[in-house]
Amino acid sequence: MESPHAIKGSDPLESLLAAARQLADKGAIRDEIVTGIYGVTAGICREAVSYQDKKKLSSTYKLDRIVTSKLWGFPIMLAGLGLVFWITIAGANYPSSWLASFFGWIEGYLTSGFTAVNAPAWLHGVLVLGLYRGTSWVISVMLPPMMIFFPVFALLENFGYLPRVAFNMDRLFKKSGGHGKQALTMSMGFGCNAAAILSTRIIESPRERMLAILTNNFVPCNGRWPTLILLSSLFMVGASARGALRTFSTALVLMGIVLVGITVTLTVSWVMSKTMLRGVPTHYTLELPPYRRPQIWKTIVRSSKEKSLNVLTRAIVVAAPAGILTWILGNVVIGGDSVLNHMAAFFDPFAQLLGLDGFIIMAFILGLPANEIVLPILLMGYMSSGAMVDVEGIGSIKELFLSHGWTWLTALNMMLFSLLHYPCGTTLVNIYKETESLKWAVLSAVIPLGIAIGVTFATAQIVRLLGWV
Amino acid sequence: MSHYTVAFAGNPNTGKSTLFNLLTGLRQHTGNWAGKTVTTAEGEFTHNQHVYRAVDLPGTYSLYSNSADEEAARDYIIFEQPVVTLVVLDATSLERNLNLALQVLEITGRAVVCINLIDEAKKLGISINLKAIARQLGVPVVAISARNQTGIGELLDQLERVATGAFAGKPLKITYSDEIEQGIAELLPLVEQTVGSRYPARWIALRLMDGDSSLLSSLKTHMGRSTSPAHKEVAGHGVTACH
Repeated sequence: MESPHAIKGSDPLESLLAAARQLADKGAIRDEIVTGIYGVTAGICREAVSYQDKKKLSSTYKLDRIVTSKLWGFPIMLAGLGLVFWITIAGANYPSSWLASFFGWIEGYLTSGFTAVNAPAWLHGVLVLGLYRGTSWVISVMLPPMMIFFPVFALLENFGYLPRVAFNMDRLFKKSGGHGKQALTMSMGFGCNAAAILSTRIIESPRERMLAILTNNFVPCNGRWPTLILLSSLFMVGASARGALRTFSTALVLMGIVLVGITVTLTVSWVMSKTMLRGVPTHYTLELPPYRRPQIWKTIVRSSKEKSLNVLTRAIVVAAPAGILTWILGNVVIGGDSVLNHMAAFFDPFAQLLGLDGFIIMAFILGLPANEIVLPILLMGYMSSGAMVDVEGIGSIKELFLSHGWTWLTALNMMLFSLLHYPCGTTLVNIYKETESLKWAVLSAVIPLGIAIGVTFATAQIVRLLGWV
Repeated sequence: MSHYTVAFAGNPNTGKSTLFNLLTGLRQHTGNWAGKTVTTAEGEFTHNQHVYRAVDLPGTYSLYSNSADEEAARDYIIFEQPVVTLVVLDATSLERNLNLALQVLEITGRAVVCINLIDEAKKLGISINLKAIARQLGVPVVAISARNQTGIGELLDQLERVATGAFAGKPLKITYSDEIEQGIAELLPLVEQTVGSRYPARWIALRLMDGDSSLLSSLKTHMGRSTSPAHKEVAGHGVTACH
């Protein structure tokens, strides 16, 4: 028997689709398919599922009426964020200084060891002052906050709070022309931008997905948290503040930085959706899953293993060679000055316009592979540039910064630059893989960089004009 | 000793990953799927001397290629053809969750339906007649609580029955409207002729009528990889086939 839709042509699959389309009743078929499936599930549930009390079901959503209410939604969100920061800062303070003193104590023995065997000074420099110091700083500055921040964040996530955040943010993202789910991928970005780029797959429309990808960088990832936490606690809080008040103000500053990031996210989404990525937001359904009691110990163990240790390993793997490189650059002298100082001097005039200095710009450039190493590179750069401050604990890091002419403006602008500048190398690679477009990968580095330069420039000029520093 | 691949499918927020973590412990690694940049967790677990390779598919609400995640999950089930597909459902919202189970059953009968969070459902006063659901779906249905680790033994036993072929399911076939059924009937011989019997012809016919061009491009890639499209492989249910 001859089939009415004979398959001809070079591509049998294409003609198959064409034949199928002829059969389908344009557009309405999806509805019919879904109706068919829903009919069957409804039938099964009628037979197999019975409810004792329908009211009991709705009672679980009482909490949602509060945390997603127009009045309380945002205050609760901000308070929660502030609380997480506060716990992190308060808890990480002492362990960080203990670790720093501990590593400093070991360093003393290492140095005596090197002297005892008459090792050449350069070897001691490369291995102890470069490699060892670099990595031990990464550990003492980054490990304690991570060990607190990640588990606390994971607990909130497992409790089921993140979808509520997305629900609250949805209206803002809709207004800025993006997809409500962008709030979810943004929340993922607080953990890791590279992973969040992959998570944008939950957004169906390519246009809205691109918006989410381009703006994901504007929330600080775990590689940048330590920098932000350290700088805000060192510089942004008045000297008179002590104890709990100090921690509280630091948390407020951090929250301000996050809010700046979210504002930029919304603004960039809005501008892009009016220009390069024009379109109307699509509709979607957002599920608010029931709250669940998180498995506290499992969550802590898992997030420590998967996040803290991974980030730390990554930081050390990149920081160790960077430490050696920075030490060499700082100690190879050409024309009476070290290579490092030459490079910093080259960037310095431009950096000063942004309220930064040449070393900071260089740290950001060398830190492209991973944001985790920006701060260590900066510290190592300062250390090897002559001003030999003995860094024993977190407090003396401030001395180091001050001896290089830092003010609160330098700290603020470094935080802003860290928040807004291009994403790390891994994230850029992921963006390229996901969009399969070199243009968008380059844009997703250039747009943030432009914004970072613009914002820090404006801040520096305004603050100086007003004579605040 | 034999290796079986088990794919974990389910809606987001069903505790799918909790179950996955419970079964595989910390013996996991992230895998990369051929042709896709989707990274997902993979792990191993053992039950009654059988080793299972577990693959955690992205959490999805459907297999209709609405998003990259849904395409990835769909492609894995159709083209990688896991020995068993484990569909994890949330007992507290079974009606919505069952839709995904039905879609999986349209593709493969080698499936086990796992109703998770049964303890929460009980708390909410929801009672579920497992036997009735199993009878309707035509595949094993197990109720568990991944968190409290109840029902896990039974789940593993059922997995084994399907994996080894001791259980030959007769999965529920959804009857659509006359118009769609007529279309499928016309298209079915063409689909079988073009893609061979290796892939679920009825389901492909249905998806093509819905104009699913992403499925078509996946088919092209995968059929290009395999031998001739007309290659027939007799691997009905109940046969211990291990790919």
